[in-house]
Amino acid sequence: MTFLGMPLLPSKRRSDLPGGQGNIIEAEAFPEASHEHLSNQQLRNNIGHATSTIRSKRAEVVSELDDWEALRDAGEATKNEVMANLPEYLAQFEEAFTAAGGIIHWARDADEANAIVTELIEDNAPMLETGRREVIKVKSMATQEIGLNEHLEAEGIDAFETDLAELIVQLGEDKPSHILVPAIHRNRDEIREIFMDKMPDAGELTNEPAVLAEAARRHLRHKFLTTKVAISGANFGIAETGTLGVVESEGNGRMCLTLPETLITVMGIEKLLPKFADLEVFLQLLPRSSTGERMNPYTSFWTGKSEGDGPQNVHLVLLDNGRTRALADEHGRTALNCIRCSACMNVCPVYERTGGHAYGSTYPGPIGAILSPLLTGVQEQGNGSLPYASSLCGACYDVCPVKINIPEILVHLRGEDVKANHSPVSSQLDTALTGASWMMGDGKRMAAAERGLPLAHKVTSGEQINALPGIASAWTSSRDIPALPEKSFRQLWAEEEANDRDEEGQR
Amino acid sequence: MRIALFATCIVDAMYPEVAQATVRILRRLGHEVIFPEGQSCCGQMHINSGKFAQAEPVIANHVRAFTSTEWDVAVAPSASCVASLGHQQPMVATRMGNDALASEAAEVAERTYELTQFLTDVQGVTDAAADLGSYFPHRVTYHPSCHGMRLLRLGDRQSSLVRSVEGIDFVELPLADSCCGFGGTFSVKNPEVSSAMLADKVRTIQATEADVCTGGDASCLLHIGGGMSRFERTGSCDGAPDVTAVHVKETSSTDERGHTTETLTTVVGADDDDHLTPGHRGTSPAEPSRTQSGFRVGQAAVHLARILASTKEDPLRVPSEGAEVSGGSLR
Ligand code: SF4
Repeated sequence: MTFLGMPLLPSKRRSDLPGGQGNIIEAEAFPEASHEHLSNQQLRNNIGHATSTIRSKRAEVVSELDDWEALRDAGEATKNEVMANLPEYLAQFEEAFTAAGGIIHWARDADEANAIVTELIEDNAPMLETGRREVIKVKSMATQEIGLNEHLEAEGIDAFETDLAELIVQLGEDKPSHILVPAIHRNRDEIREIFMDKMPDAGELTNEPAVLAEAARRHLRHKFLTTKVAISGANFGIAETGTLGVVESEGNGRMCLTLPETLITVMGIEKLLPKFADLEVFLQLLPRSSTGERMNPYTSFWTGKSEGDGPQNVHLVLLDNGRTRALADEHGRTALNCIRCSACMNVCPVYERTGGHAYGSTYPGPIGAILSPLLTGVQEQGNGSLPYASSLCGACYDVCPVKINIPEILVHLRGEDVKANHSPVSSQLDTALTGASWMMGDGKRMAAAERGLPLAHKVTSGEQINALPGIASAWTSSRDIPALPEKSFRQLWAEEEANDRDEEGQR
Repeated sequence: MRIALFATCIVDAMYPEVAQATVRILRRLGHEVIFPEGQSCCGQMHINSGKFAQAEPVIANHVRAFTSTEWDVAVAPSASCVASLGHQQPMVATRMGNDALASEAAEVAERTYELTQFLTDVQGVTDAAADLGSYFPHRVTYHPSCHGMRLLRLGDRQSSLVRSVEGIDFVELPLADSCCGFGGTFSVKNPEVSSAMLADKVRTIQATEADVCTGGDASCLLHIGGGMSRFERTGSCDGAPDVTAVHVKETSSTDERGHTTETLTTVVGADDDDHLTPGHRGTSPAEPSRTQSGFRVGQAAVHLARILASTKEDPLRVPSEGAEVSGGSLR
């Protein structure tokens, strides 16, 4: 029995649905986690430079299409349709995939998915002389999310990332900080050092991109030709035909998808599209939004197995890990429409300053700030600081190719966080907001409060304010507050009206 | 027309001169302005903090104050508050199970305009100098606040009105569309990120060498102005005075009255040779530097309503030493 597509099960409350596990939970609240990154000028420069480059490339290629808004609408509508009928599309996909010779495994959470993959590898990858097994991987966020590499390592299996940026992150014993360019926080010199340090056959390298790429190519070539099992992610699953698709830039993914005997794909259940023809829309939206390219260099599709061509042992792990729970949230579920293009993080002023690690999740930036709490559940599992990690400037919503209204979902999740009442002892800010609600709930009370202004004006000697105590000190740590006026507008207006009445009276 | 002024809480309590300027502009166009007394706030602060239950009475108060047939439209000098009426109030009222309030809020929002939206779309004002007599002989740059730009889709309404003011020397703000980092309680909940965003904004503003940064949202201007003031006093507004991308130079000039003034200018991305150490930054905190027009350099963040309202006869006065720019009278 599967409980996928949970909205059809009315008896379950959202909070009863299992939350996701793995690398989607903040280890540290965002304000603290961002502290270190903010003061790392090198990191801020690297990220600022990279995001602004991609940002302008994206803007350029998007402006070439006069039907861009129509494409976004189409993308949004298709994804909404999938989410509204997910159980049916999953069943259709399962049937088609199986008919084409593939085998499907359903995983409720990270633990189940990791166990399934481990077993498949043990069945299909030979034990080497070292007593360990090896697999190659093409960039997959789902496996990042479930912490697959770490799990495999402990089970005696070495997983080699083949995407160049992932490789840099892996060799650097680091975590990805961006979903498209995981090593965005590294510059060329750092990459050179990592390679020379960690690639046994690298030799002396310069920091030129071509030299570094060639070193990685040499390093990987042998693995492609000898490794028996590969693990991939998937950008799309086509319900109609049971087809899986991966979109990439380097061609290393295609090597993984075609050379090994066994191919194990791990895909979130939300990645489905109804029909093959829907790709027309998504293969325009995705590359332009992500890399600012008109078309990505390598687009690979496979439908089950073909006799004598490519992997003959084709598996798919369909992963829930909190997606059903997110789907049951009527105000947040469109976050599942995300096609992981990364456009939102490239325009986000908060991401630009903090980088991806501050979000503590495989999914950083604006989408991470909503997706992670939706997957884990904002109430029980933490992730309570992520919905506040935004100034609500709205730039993310404007660029999102499937029109996910991220700011609105952020506000919704703040509401959920407040409801969950994480800090029973109310903070100074909460107290201030409660007072303000009482005051602003009535114009008369507001007027009464403003009558204090002359006194405030005197106390501050009509000068600007440079330091305030308590919660307000966060504000005055970096900004001054202008001199308070002697009177509010409301008072000035009342005085003018009174004057007018006097003048009338005298006439 | 009879127009109800929605002053918004920040303008009412902190920037009364912005509401005064708004009234003057509307009266100059021949409208009667009324001030619904029960008004207080749009509720945005509570909504964006996730305090929906506390927002509800604030929304109800706004709807009570502005549901009336006594006036034709309402006008507010704040895009973000107007956006909150249409985009947030009905949503929150619905979430609180108050559908009646939601539909009343939507009606009020329907009849409420941001100032330049009203001037451009309803009044057909395209030339502030000709239509309003606006006069402001200063170098001005403009920050389009996020909610005006992205929620109300104000486009170039604000900037083209400011450009059309007589005597103005308008200079484009680089990276104008990036957020200043205010975000209401964001600036308190994530003060360091907010400051980092503010610092970048202040640097680009100072690089334009404008006397004044204008915009249509008092809250963003409160933030930006506060940052500019802090930057000028201390050489930094994010605690990182030695940011390499910013180079500060002092230049001396002589104003019309024959006084020598020191001008603080900031150049983003200049050659390293130009770089002065933090110790050499600008003038000492006790002596704010001034441009020839008399504004404190990089310190004046002035709401565009005040620029549009100022005329040759009733200019935005630049008073003596130390004081901030002040507004004209109500009439
Ligand atoms: S939320 Fe939208 S913009 Fe961000 S990664 Fe997903 S699809 Fe792209």
